[in-house]
Amino acid sequence: MTTRDYNLLGQDGRRAVEAGLAAAEWYHTDIPRKEMKALMKRDDGPAIRDTIILFGAMIAFAVAGVALWPAWWSAPFWLAYGVLYGSAMDSRWHECGHGTAFRTPWMNTLVYHIASFCMIRNPVTWRWSHARHHTDTLIVGRDPEIVAMRPPALFRIILNFFGLIDATQGWWRMLVNAAGRLDPEEATFIPDSEKPKVVAVARVWAAIYGATVTVAVATQSVLPLMIIGLPRLYGAWHHVMTGLLQHGGLAENVLDHRLNSRTVYMNPVSRFIYWNMNYHVEHHMFPMVPYHRLPELHERIKHDLPAPNRSIIEAYAEMLPVLWKQLRYHDAFLERELPGTARPYREDLHVQALGTPAE
Amino acid sequence: MAEWIDACAADDIEQEDVIRFDHGERTFAIYRSPEDAYYCTDGLCTHEQVHLADGLVLDHIIECPKHNGQFDYRDGSARRAPVCENLATYPTRVEGGRVYVCI
Repeated sequence: MTTRDYNLLGQDGRRAVEAGLAAAEWYHTDIPRKEMKALMKRDDGPAIRDTIILFGAMIAFAVAGVALWPAWWSAPFWLAYGVLYGSAMDSRWHECGHGTAFRTPWMNTLVYHIASFCMIRNPVTWRWSHARHHTDTLIVGRDPEIVAMRPPALFRIILNFFGLIDATQGWWRMLVNAAGRLDPEEATFIPDSEKPKVVAVARVWAAIYGATVTVAVATQSVLPLMIIGLPRLYGAWHHVMTGLLQHGGLAENVLDHRLNSRTVYMNPVSRFIYWNMNYHVEHHMFPMVPYHRLPELHERIKHDLPAPNRSIIEAYAEMLPVLWKQLRYHDAFLERELPGTARPYREDLHVQALGTPAE
Repeated sequence: MAEWIDACAADDIEQEDVIRFDHGERTFAIYRSPEDAYYCTDGLCTHEQVHLADGLVLDHIIECPKHNGQFDYRDGSARRAPVCENLATYPTRVEGGRVYVCI
């Protein structure tokens, strides 16, 4: 059984570079350039519509929550507000970070910064972190965004359904960055020229949180924190629930997103919150395609992809037994079957890393 | 020493698009702007060595297909993270329906 070292400064990362797994060429389904151009086309309309709905709903839920406070009747409104703040902002952070949500750059930038604040992810640091995630998806010791490592830290994952680990780390890193320092792992993927920006953003955020806490203390009320900060905890569950499915239980150290990413059909509410990132194989294979064109891309290339899970429940039923098995056998993973119309996996690219599937 | 090379037919590139051009051991990207002007840059993104010809042209911007970094292809300037390093550019001219690049 192989022991994995996920630290970006560790031996597995060095081995990945030596084995040619870092910054490698990945498998892509063939799509003619003309079709790809049409799929990549940017449009402000869908994201403006969704952003108005999102912020409008957040304001309405927060106003209702405050108006009904402290009665229990306020709870459903806070829960709804929390999911939009602590989960929908995750997908807005993601899509606007790619710059694909809107055609107009400043709109991407504005929503990216608001969403980064809500998710407590430094917008500079995490832009680089996510770039690495796309370069070296699920490459051990290279990808800084692996959620379900092997063996999976199930207790940590459960705590993160309430944001307890990620938010705490986000606040801690904000304070470290605001003090002018960077975490050594962060420093491996952030260029020197960008480091002052990390510190500047952290200082602005620290000032906002400081003002919020001051108002809460001065008014002897937790309400200011119910609006800013705490929803990252009580509303995190949806983005953790969907995020875990992106790569959980699938292959590591491979160069084909069909082996390490999962597409799941979801209900319309979850798709709004998640901004269509349930089409995750498609997103990783073609990150230039905006969220609102992913269903179309899925239809175009599904002949070449493993069959999607038909629901969140079905996807969990597939993934959880593999995670459970990985507690004892770290090398276990799920190799999803390709349809007869697909080009086969190029297992020669990564045969040593693949090992034996769990099923 | 730089020389003018016949790279492609002017019609090989659609308006607001890009194609890849390989010459010797080097690779380039040739662009046709919305105003029908032609430009040439190095073919690989300065961030992760990905072919820019697979990316998206938006007005005068080329967006890398891997991480969505952006350059202004007219002067090669890096416009959006994760790209920080500018792209090398090369002169072009169009004669007799052919695009020539000076490389």
